[in-house]
Amino acid sequence: MKMHHKLLTMIAAAALTAGMAAGAMAADTIKIGVAGAHSGDLASYGLPTVKAAELVVKEINEGGGINGAKLELLVEDDVCKPEVATNTATKLVSEGVNVVIGHICSGATKAALPIYRDAGVIVMSPSATNPELTQSGDYPNFYRTIASDDAQARTEVDFATNVLKVKKIAVIHDKGDYGKGLAEFAKKFIEQDGKAEVVLFEGVTPGAVDYSAVVQKIKRSGAEAVIFGGYHPEASKIVTQMRKKRMKTLFISDDGVKDDTFIKVAGKNAEGVYATGPADVSSNPLTKKYRDKHQQAYGSEPGAFFDNAVAAALALTNALAKAGSTDQAAITAVLRSDDVATPFGNLHFDEKGDAIGVGFSMYQVKDGQYVQIQ
Amino acid sequence: MISLKDIQKGLLVSLWFVFLTFPLLVIKVNPIERVITWRWYNMLWIALASFCCYLGVRVYKSRQLTRHKRVKLGIVKERAAWSVRILKEPSVYIPFLLVVGLFALVFPWIFSTYQTNIMVTALMYIVLGLGLNIVVGVAGLLDLGYVAFYAVGAYSYALLNMHFGLGFWMVLPIGGLLAASLGILLGFPVLRLRGDYLAIVTLGFGEIIRLILENWNDFSQGPSGISNIPRPGLFGLHLSLDQSITYLYYLVIAMVLFTIFVVNRLQNSRIGRAWFALREDEIACQAMGIDKTRTKLTAFALGAFWAGMVGVIFAAKTTFVNPASFTFLESAIILCIVVLGGMGSIIGVILAALILILMPEYLRAFSDYRMLVFGAVLVTMMIFRPQGLIANVRRTYNIPKV
Amino acid sequence: MDYFIELFFSGLTRGSIYALIALGYTMVYGIIGLINFAHGEIYMIGAFTALIVSTVLSIFGLPLPAIIILTLLASAIWSASYGYTVEKIAYQPLRNAPRLSPLISAIGMSMFLQNYVLLAQTSDFLPFPALIPDFAFMEPYASTIGSSDLVILVTTAVVMLLLTWLIKFTRTGKAMRATAQDRKMAMLVGINVDNVISITFIIGSALAAIGGLLIAAHIGQINFYIGFVAGIKAFTAAVLGGIGSIPGAVLGSFILGLTEAFATGYVSSDYEDVFAFSLLVLILIFRPSGLLGKATIEKV
Repeated sequence: MKMHHKLLTMIAAAALTAGMAAGAMAADTIKIGVAGAHSGDLASYGLPTVKAAELVVKEINEGGGINGAKLELLVEDDVCKPEVATNTATKLVSEGVNVVIGHICSGATKAALPIYRDAGVIVMSPSATNPELTQSGDYPNFYRTIASDDAQARTEVDFATNVLKVKKIAVIHDKGDYGKGLAEFAKKFIEQDGKAEVVLFEGVTPGAVDYSAVVQKIKRSGAEAVIFGGYHPEASKIVTQMRKKRMKTLFISDDGVKDDTFIKVAGKNAEGVYATGPADVSSNPLTKKYRDKHQQAYGSEPGAFFDNAVAAALALTNALAKAGSTDQAAITAVLRSDDVATPFGNLHFDEKGDAIGVGFSMYQVKDGQYVQIQ
Repeated sequence: MISLKDIQKGLLVSLWFVFLTFPLLVIKVNPIERVITWRWYNMLWIALASFCCYLGVRVYKSRQLTRHKRVKLGIVKERAAWSVRILKEPSVYIPFLLVVGLFALVFPWIFSTYQTNIMVTALMYIVLGLGLNIVVGVAGLLDLGYVAFYAVGAYSYALLNMHFGLGFWMVLPIGGLLAASLGILLGFPVLRLRGDYLAIVTLGFGEIIRLILENWNDFSQGPSGISNIPRPGLFGLHLSLDQSITYLYYLVIAMVLFTIFVVNRLQNSRIGRAWFALREDEIACQAMGIDKTRTKLTAFALGAFWAGMVGVIFAAKTTFVNPASFTFLESAIILCIVVLGGMGSIIGVILAALILILMPEYLRAFSDYRMLVFGAVLVTMMIFRPQGLIANVRRTYNIPKV
Repeated sequence: MDYFIELFFSGLTRGSIYALIALGYTMVYGIIGLINFAHGEIYMIGAFTALIVSTVLSIFGLPLPAIIILTLLASAIWSASYGYTVEKIAYQPLRNAPRLSPLISAIGMSMFLQNYVLLAQTSDFLPFPALIPDFAFMEPYASTIGSSDLVILVTTAVVMLLLTWLIKFTRTGKAMRATAQDRKMAMLVGINVDNVISITFIIGSALAAIGGLLIAAHIGQINFYIGFVAGIKAFTAAVLGGIGSIPGAVLGSFILGLTEAFATGYVSSDYEDVFAFSLLVLILIFRPSGLLGKATIEKV
């Protein structure tokens, strides 16, 4: 078995060298990498992006490709782990990838980006929201079609203090990269604004069997609202236990919670929960088109970050087409200057790599559905 | 070879597995929309697969049994394991080593950067395995929190570099030493514990280190981790990605050789003999006048030292560290390398590290199934070779009978 | 004071959950000296079977009490079967192997079972049906202790009593104790040791299934990964109480649960696990074989 693989890789290596020589003469295929968690406990966040990329690429290839070149997808799993992500990135780079859609988690993205940067590969993530990725200026090759965590925390805090007018807020997070980062921004903004007070700032252990002690603590703190940073499994446990203890405390959370699974799992306890998420784009014709395609091709509703991934795939392919080459500088210029039609409307990117025009709105669960309220 | 009775029993076994997997494999429910999907075809697969597996095992067992009988009767001689034969015969192992050495030397030039990159990971695990081998394999102290020392090494490079701008070569020994001192610190209170109590305390210790890294933001930047850690430098030259991975590859090869050399010398040293003695019988060991505390502490410290150094390399390789890389699962994998390799055997550990780390990468073709296969392989290997791939060849002294 | 009582109950709930899982660990350890890392997975399989069976039954339109009883039975039966099979496949052939080999086999089995459920079912979180209704008589106390907490506490107590009776007063219990004390000697006096080990796995797994059902109903969701965290905590609890000792496992579980609850309540939940593990280290330093474990004095 092992020998067999070695032989295969040897042949593959030879083919690769030959392929690279040929590729320099005429680029007959453009390789688009798709990297993210495709197995393991976070797979449900990564797989929809693969499907989005497949749908967009299939459509373009059926229309004759980009400037005569067919698109080819290279799908690689990083399980959302930084150390695996570097392997994934190296693999994609050594296979001669031109642009990458991904990675899904911020930590994995951070680990992989330097490798793409050194190889001159542009990366566009549908879901990595860590502010540092764009704001630090370390990754000029990075773009994303989702707003960063601080924008999201801003929306949550503004909503809590201006609309709900609460004075005491408990900020809870799941100790994770995403959740804790978000919670820290929320805390900072609340303290800066001075309109409300942070009465509790704590992390819960994901996967713990019971959160009633934390819930008691929230109750004791006298908080009128909870801002939670994290994903839906913990959110639904906390909300359920709060309601079981007959607490009426408002619950405000993020787009890790703005997932239909949350409503399904928390059931009637989910009613009234607020969550931020990308603006509701279901009326946009492009959104509808791709959601219908997904339904046709896979027989199910698309999952998390699907629209963002479609937007990323469209933006990248558009840039590749207009730039007329796979050169980083040329693609960058197009991404920054040209508007491209996506499920979020017409987008282009700022110098840091954030998409202009992608923001967050506030949703509330009403009768078992997320309804946009702001 | 296969009797009717075997087939009958095989049918029973497959029936049992069909029953066993019935709720999970056949029924799939959607509790929200209240829909049940029945997947009857899975039943057939399970029945077939378990029947074949059972017969396979039976055939294997009966062949072993006949072999055993024939050895007993003196018809055939007991064959020494191939590994032992390779190791014993200089005319075999010298060319073998040469070929392996040559292959290792030219590896990055034959294979792609990706191949080299995963090979670097595998080599790092060889060093980790050899380090843990000192603690578990040689000294017999079951350590389930080895990853803590690995984390200490990785974070010491990340933090010392961020705050004081220290370079890779400077931190490499510092990371090792920090980890070693932590090993001693942990070693003191837990030395009284035995066997599995020691295991759970080390497990707890590993979790404590990870939780501190996760929660103490001012110190470690919490779960968002530390990025932009520089790769190791080569006299200030600027290296491209390919070059720096190749450079890292040779660096780790050197590290592996160094580790093998040291561990080998250690095993045959005074302290090494003391570790073996400790593993075999603590009381007898004390009676022989061996300082138990010091012996145990050196084992802990040396094991930790290696983990710390590999941690530094890890940080330099990924250029990013966060606490998510240092979970219990990581400790478990390293432990698997040691046990699967054959406790105390250096070559076994090398082989096991290569198999266990490269396998999931090459199993990418199976995508979803790769961790399933990984688990199954662990179980099967343990059942068929409980003493490990290569049982440690202990030095034996033949005293002629008078 | 109210706050203290609330935390106390939340600690008790956690403790009883740990206890139901810890018993399986401690029984297996007591008999064959193996840390059964796959035990957390058996608990997870119990919860999944319960989810599937209860959903199917409720679609068939059975009344709630019937659903509860049948679900409990089904999940206990299947978990026990899994426990039995795992023992036969992964541990029995290794009975005379080096000490650590069964441990690695257990780790492999745990990975296998996790991914088996992931592939056979789903990676998503699934909502667990509310099998435990909200009792009307509990309403005045709802803010302190919920109906499901009460059910968990009562069930745990009943199960403990039954188990103690089984071990102390039945033939099987006697055989189990004998095997735990000295396996060779037990064989000599005519105890079928293989059967006793199988029975231990079956009972331990069935207990884990009850735990899985209760916890899933309490927190309302499950996925394939729930066994891992719960398993590690329960194992810690078993060691804390002195692994191999059944009252020890219960005591250890309650101490662990209460420590976590009070650490969360009075300090910070950021460090609840740090407190739990530090307590473990401290107790083991002063009592190296756990709270109720027997200190083994080795004679030469």
